[in-house]
Amino acid sequence: MVEVMYFAWVRERIGEPREKIETKAETVAELVSELRAREPRYAAAFEDLSALRVALDQELADFDAPLKGVREVAFFPPMTGG
Amino acid sequence: MTVRVQAETFDPGAELSAFGQGRADLGAIVSFTGIVRDDAGSLDRMVIEHYPGMTEKAISQIVARAVDRWALADCLVIHRHGSLQPGEQIMMVATASKHRVAAFEAAEYLMDYLKSRAPFWKKEFTRDGATDWVAAKVDDEDALKRWSD
Repeated sequence: MVEVMYFAWVRERIGEPREKIETKAETVAELVSELRAREPRYAAAFEDLSALRVALDQELADFDAPLKGVREVAFFPPMTGG
Repeated sequence: MTVRVQAETFDPGAELSAFGQGRADLGAIVSFTGIVRDDAGSLDRMVIEHYPGMTEKAISQIVARAVDRWALADCLVIHRHGSLQPGEQIMMVATASKHRVAAFEAAEYLMDYLKSRAPFWKKEFTRDGATDWVAAKVDDEDALKRWSD
């Protein structure tokens, strides 16, 4: 069970800020494939991975990173702080 | 070192006066304040979303690297979230060191990294009801390359 969080337009496309997901995905990319297959709103949010960033337990990570032991996965567009 | 992530506004003058006060080992203080800009004259407000928990962690890591690299005597980062009006301050950084070059460079480093590596997202609301997420710029990502050693 992982907590999956969405921010900015990813959150808007999916329609919720967070959800608990039961998954056997071994990497972020596998989790993304599972999410895409769920519903069109997920497919729309994850259409272009180059427009997305991912954080695992609040640290930036790559899409091929393993999910073993991870509790919190967050998807969001490139950050615009400052 | 101080990192504050807050919805409330702040007084950059008061923050700067208090920063590094009473320390005789400092030779230079540099500060930067970011303001909500209304280029087209149509901006109603900017709403800044962030990732509570990761935001503080990410900024603290950026600050720690700057302090280490430029041997800063002190460092301050304040970044707001929530709804902001044009002309309001969004964020502020201040750096203190023995010499000015370190203070200037560290302030630029902090700004470059806060722009692209701190989990904030800006959404603009114009007076006609339109909304737009501010897109990250390629230039902002490129700006990080000059700091790689």
